[in-house]
Amino acid sequence: MELLAFGKTGWGDELFIATLMTIAVSITAMIIGFFFALIFTPFKLSKNKFFNFIGNSYTTVIRGVPELLVIYLFFFGGTGAVMYVASIFGYNEYIEINAFITGAFAIGIISGAYSTEVFRGAIQSIDKGQFEAANVLGLSKFGKFFKIILPQTLRLAIPNLSNVWQITLKDTSLISVTGLVEIMRQSYIAAGSTRDPLFFYSFAAVLYLLLTFLSMKIINKLELKYSRGY
Amino acid sequence: MNILKKTIFSVLASLLIIGNVYSSDKIKIGTEGAYPPWNSKDASGNLIGFEVELAYTLCRYIGKQCVIVEQDWDGMIPALIMRKFDAIMAGMSITDERKKAISFSQGYADEVASLAVMKGSDLEGMKTPAGISLSSPNSDAKKALKTITAALAGKTVCTQTGTIHQNFLESGDVGKVNLRTYKTQDEVNLDLASGRCDVALAAAVAFSDYAEKSGKPVVLVGPTFSGGAFGNGVGVGIRQDDTELLKAFNRAIDKARKNGDISRIATKWFGFDASM
Amino acid sequence: MDLELMINSLPKLLSASLITLKLLSVSLIIGLFIGLLFAILRLNKNIFINRFAYGYSYVFRGTPLLVQIFIIYFGLGQIEYLRSTFLWIILKEPYWCAIIAFALNTGAYTSEILRSAFQTIKPGIIEAGKSLGISSKIIFYKIQIPIAIRQSLPAYGNEIILMMKGTSLASTVTIMDLTGVAKYIISTTFKPIEVFIVAGSIYLFMTFIIHNVIKFLEKKYSFN
Repeated sequence: MELLAFGKTGWGDELFIATLMTIAVSITAMIIGFFFALIFTPFKLSKNKFFNFIGNSYTTVIRGVPELLVIYLFFFGGTGAVMYVASIFGYNEYIEINAFITGAFAIGIISGAYSTEVFRGAIQSIDKGQFEAANVLGLSKFGKFFKIILPQTLRLAIPNLSNVWQITLKDTSLISVTGLVEIMRQSYIAAGSTRDPLFFYSFAAVLYLLLTFLSMKIINKLELKYSRGY
Repeated sequence: MNILKKTIFSVLASLLIIGNVYSSDKIKIGTEGAYPPWNSKDASGNLIGFEVELAYTLCRYIGKQCVIVEQDWDGMIPALIMRKFDAIMAGMSITDERKKAISFSQGYADEVASLAVMKGSDLEGMKTPAGISLSSPNSDAKKALKTITAALAGKTVCTQTGTIHQNFLESGDVGKVNLRTYKTQDEVNLDLASGRCDVALAAAVAFSDYAEKSGKPVVLVGPTFSGGAFGNGVGVGIRQDDTELLKAFNRAIDKARKNGDISRIATKWFGFDASM
Repeated sequence: MDLELMINSLPKLLSASLITLKLLSVSLIIGLFIGLLFAILRLNKNIFINRFAYGYSYVFRGTPLLVQIFIIYFGLGQIEYLRSTFLWIILKEPYWCAIIAFALNTGAYTSEILRSAFQTIKPGIIEAGKSLGISSKIIFYKIQIPIAIRQSLPAYGNEIILMMKGTSLASTVTIMDLTGVAKYIISTTFKPIEVFIVAGSIYLFMTFIIHNVIKFLEKKYSFN
């Protein structure tokens, strides 16, 4: 148990910070994922064949390729792509995109693909009558979206989004390739240093379970809030 | 915005960008931080080791500040090419294969490799010369390879991915082995100690360091290897188009060698003079 | 973009994908049995039994697969006592460690899928069976299980694809599956992007096949 002590000899403080990092990356990735979903959900729902294709390619590719590959591809290729774009403008130096942004973005792309599917399903299951009623009321496009469609989308989407959150949270264990010190990497370091992998990986499992448990409690509260009136 | 404001804005913006470019007066050096005693981390997570100390010395001779950056071994060369750092000092041996992708400075230290087993293994006491060179193998070396081939037949041999050790094991010089490769030397050590690996191959000092720190009965067997697939010493890895930096490092290494720095630092970390 | 490398690496990657498929199928088969077992346990009236089954599913779904593999491979390998038992013959091999981790993981998800499928079977069907005088046991095996399997097809198809992606984690414990070989080729050619594009395409192709097979089975066994 002394292994978990806070302070110089114990790993407690490092693991605590790593847990905060995991939470931070997961939340950031989830939000980045929402931005991707905001773009690609309309694409997937669009009648335009080109946009439809782009939207479907995004969700199919990202959900069909192992996360490790997406993360590697993004980590090695993403920075390269950004730098390529910058070099067009004459900027040839290394662009330091820090490990946090890289990791969060990599997971965010993956999270976004799942979120896109959730939103698409939610919007498609909203009764057509709602869209018609919104039109009849003469609301503007924004009004229609924010006052009528979005609240109902959220209500339908929240259960499935909680799944996406779980996936996102667990996927953060894979971004040690970017060097970011989250739970998995810190456990790896501690296990290597103390030669006690059983203890540290088991403890990592406990940490993830704790996060899962707390997440479920918070999400259940959210579900109750958004189901008011139904 | 009127024309004046626009001009001021763009001048400031470009100064910021150019400023960034020119302020890279520091040399960024990448290392693994997981290959003691070449490079590792202390309890607080700071990078330490033979190469970390040597790096600071070399940068002093070059006249620039250096920043040591941590990088996982399997992404080391891509990270250099991607300009994440400007030089690699990570126990990376100079090999023809790597020279296809990057340039190397002259060697600053020699690494001899060795096989290792746990005490009590039937490979202990292998009858071979103390060390063999594979660059121009003499008859002794060839005989040793035959002995080793017979000993390793059917055994599980473990080593780190993407290393000269892996190249050697796959070269056919020791026949077909049941090869397992791991992300870090640490993982190799763990599986050797647990018995999943019958024998492992890495730098001799890596094993002695592990035996010392973990107290596990790791025993070196067979000859020490150098040359051939094991490359020609450890050098600084530099991008192929970075000729200025390459010259600077070569000059610095010359100076460090002449002043005895390399020998001193090597003896401190390895217990013997591993300098080249 | 080094097209020559992409073409040259294709044969090695394709043969490695056979290992991926082997890992996938063995894990799924074992996992299916585990899943069925725990789905039944979950529906059991005894509170200890169903809480235990819930606990199993909660732990394996609430922790990352990577942690599970590491605990089984590195963690269990550390225990001196285990190394002296006959279990070590199995746990010594990375292949079996991976299979155990994958099977337990998919077992947990499968048990949830099957459990919810069992619970949505209309009680009327079971009552009808009982009124015909069919014993509970036969109702279970000949009516409930087949219906549950059919109901589960969409969700289980998803699980198969998720598991296929999960097998890529075998590469973290020295297994040379598709991802493992891809990483190896990259470490010798230093061209990560090209290699991962080829490997990714192979995974996509396998996903495509699995997806269509499931769709076909759904149509074939639909209730129409």
